[in-house]
Order: sequence, then C-alpha cells, then structure tokens
Amino acid sequence: MIALVDYRAGNLTSVKKTLTCLGVEVAVTEDPAVVAQAEKIILPGVGHFSATRILEQSGLRGAILRRIERGVPFLGICVGMQVLFESSAEAPGIPGLGLLAGACKPFPANVKSPHVGWNSLDCSDCSLLRGISSGSFVYFTHSYCAPVVEATVARCEYGREFSAAVEKNNVFGVQFHPEKSGSVGQALLANFCRLPC
Amino acid sequence: MLTKRIIACLDVAGGRVVKGVQFQQLRDAGDPAELAAAHSLEGADEIVLLDISATHERRATLIDTVRRTAQRLFIPFVVGGGIRTVEDAAAVFDAGADKVSVNSAAVADPALITRIALRYGSQAVIVALDAKRKDGAVRFEAYIGGGRKATGLDAVAWTREAEDRGAGEILLTSMDRDGTGEGFDCDLTLAVTDAVHIPVIASGGGGDAGTFLDVFRRGKADAALAASIFHFGLHSLGELKQQLRDAGVPVRWPC
Repeated sequence: MIALVDYRAGNLTSVKKTLTCLGVEVAVTEDPAVVAQAEKIILPGVGHFSATRILEQSGLRGAILRRIERGVPFLGICVGMQVLFESSAEAPGIPGLGLLAGACKPFPANVKSPHVGWNSLDCSDCSLLRGISSGSFVYFTHSYCAPVVEATVARCEYGREFSAAVEKNNVFGVQFHPEKSGSVGQALLANFCRLPC
Repeated sequence: MLTKRIIACLDVAGGRVVKGVQFQQLRDAGDPAELAAAHSLEGADEIVLLDISATHERRATLIDTVRRTAQRLFIPFVVGGGIRTVEDAAAVFDAGADKVSVNSAAVADPALITRIALRYGSQAVIVALDAKRKDGAVRFEAYIGGGRKATGLDAVAWTREAEDRGAGEILLTSMDRDGTGEGFDCDLTLAVTDAVHIPVIASGGGGDAGTFLDVFRRGKADAALAASIFHFGLHSLGELKQQLRDAGVPVRWPC
C-alpha cells in the first residue's frame, strides 16, 4: 500500500487518479499510524513550504522520517520535494526535513515567476528515471526551486539551473508534476511503484 | 528550455462542446471528455474547459463533465465559467481540475482571487479577461458575463491588479478576434505581457501556424489557446507544433 500524505497543501485528486490508473493501491491519509504501516510514501504538494509546520504538528514528520530510516521508498512531489532540503526562502525559519543539504530559492528577477509549463530534463542514470531520456518534457508549476546537489539526478534550466529530480538511497523527489506530465510522468510513477519495498 | 504551450479550449454549454464566432452563433462540436482526450493525444499541452453558459444562466459549473473529462487527462486541466466563490472552486478541484479560471466574479469581487490562491496556491488561479478595443484604438476594455457587459475597466490595469491579488496566470481573450482565425491581437497581448510578471495565455483569433508564431514573437505570449480550429479539424495540433518547431519556437515535441 502506498500512503499518499494529505497535509492540506492543495489538491491530491490528480496524483491519486494517476496511481489508481497504474493499478496501485493508494491510501490518502493524514494519520501518522497509517504512514507507519505504509510500504511506500508519497508526499505531494502544490502549496507553500510552510505546510511543513502541519507535518510537524500532526506527527506526520516523525512518522515519515522513521519509515525513511527503515528503508521505505519515499517520493516528494513539487513542494514535497523541496521539504527534503533544509529550508526555503518561501518560509524563513521553518525547517525542512533536512535529508538533503541546501536551501530552496526564488527564481532570478529576469524570468517570470511562477515557472509554469513544459520544460526539458537533463537526466542522469538512476532508478527513478529508468527509460526516460534527457530532453523529455515534463510539467512544472512553482515559484521556488531547489539547488543542484550531489543527489540531483535531473536538472532543469529556467533563469538558473535547479534540481528537477533527486535520488538518495530510498529518498526520491521531483520538482515537476509527474501526474500532469503525460506518458513521461506515468513512466516515472510506474518506476517508483515498481521499486522493491 | 521552457516551451511555448499550445492549449486546446473546450467551450461547453449544456454538457456539449460548442463554438461560436465573436461569442455568438454557437455550433455543436462534440463530447467534452472525448474531445479533451483526443486533443491530448494529438499534442495539446493543456486543456481548458469553459462553461460559457454558466454566468448568464446562473448555473453551477458542470461538475459531472469536469469529472468525466479529468478522468481521461494526464496533462494540466483548467476549468472556468460560473466560479463565484471558494466553494465553487473547491467543487471543481475535487472533480479533478488543476486550476480554475475566474472572470466576471473576480471583477465584481477581486478578493476572490486572493481567497482561492490562499487555499489552493496562486498556480491554481487563472484570471480570465475578455478584452475589446476601444474605438479601434490601442486601448482595451475588460468585459464580463461572457462578453455581454462592458466594465469600464482598462484591461491592462485590471491584469496588473489581478497579479497583485494572487493570480498565477492571465488568460487574455480578444473579443474582436475570437473565432475569426485571422490572428491573435498581438498589440493587446504585448500590452499585457509587458505589464505583468506572470505567464499570459493569448486567446482569440488563432488560425494557421503563422498566427501562433506571431503571438509568441510579437505578443511575447507564454502560451496560446484556440478552440474551433482544433475541434473542426481545420488544423491538426501535431502539424501546428511541427511547423512552430521548424520556425524555431520551443514546443513540447514529441508529446
């Protein structure tokens, strides 16, 4: 069972629908006890970095971190990827999960913000992006972006180069929306669902 | 590289896709869910469903149509028409929309933009604007109620306010060009793209690839939307994208 974490940061309908279409059993939950039993965890997010406070208050933060420590595959989407980092200029003083070093920043002033639309990936070899080649287009919508770090497995360029996908052991994140990225996004979610638990 | 989006719009009335010329003379163009799925396969980068009868007939958006359409799509899906409250927007999001487009209600109550943005994020709020040239000059007035009522608002000033209040994108329709296929109003588009720092979707007047090229180059549009030219098979989305790519416009291809 995949736990799709509902921390009230927007709209989960599309992610749930796409996973269901892939034949995966999904539980939409805000209950740390359900997360504690999950074989995989997806943290979606189209909201605000400060939503990490809700993770803290609800006990979800601890439940997620404990599962990650036990090797359970975790995928953060959009803000769900940004919270893997230490912090974000979007919510100064609010700590992220800190599993990856670095801080999320806004785009430079010479480009429009939010970054909305289909942009291309510059991919490395990794399990999350198996079968997805560099130059593939995926759908982004975000105003803050994560730095390129050692765990970066796909880069994207918009005003500056930023992390489009990260992978570190059992922790995965994508800045774009795989559930909105046509067949490329479905292939990525299928790769995640196929990972051994 | 960020690509220029080609967006297919479905104007819906009574659960069917319809299309008019300059907001009138409606023709039936098919089932919304079927057409949306077909456009997505052909290469549409995004689908917009506008309930064009919603405002003046005071009907709620067709939630069932939204749900059926969302079920078939794995690309961004926008719904507009008749969204007056955060609750209206919530119903559309719950049915599977990724963004809502607000028009008349935002003019009447600009704080609506902020209320939806606070709950769902700015990326989920598009402010749609129907604009018409004033006395043929390069000045534009905003209209509401499906193009039925002049507001007296300057279109460019209104888009700036919409951005300040939390809109994530502007959907800008030229009423003068709507349904004509004669080309987008690049003066209007440029006036708005220069005024705001959020993406602008140009609409009204899309025809051959040259009209799209023009609105991307001269109008600096981030995306271009068309309806009738796709539904009635006048132009295929795939061919359009191929021609734009040949002309050096970054587009998502293959899809």
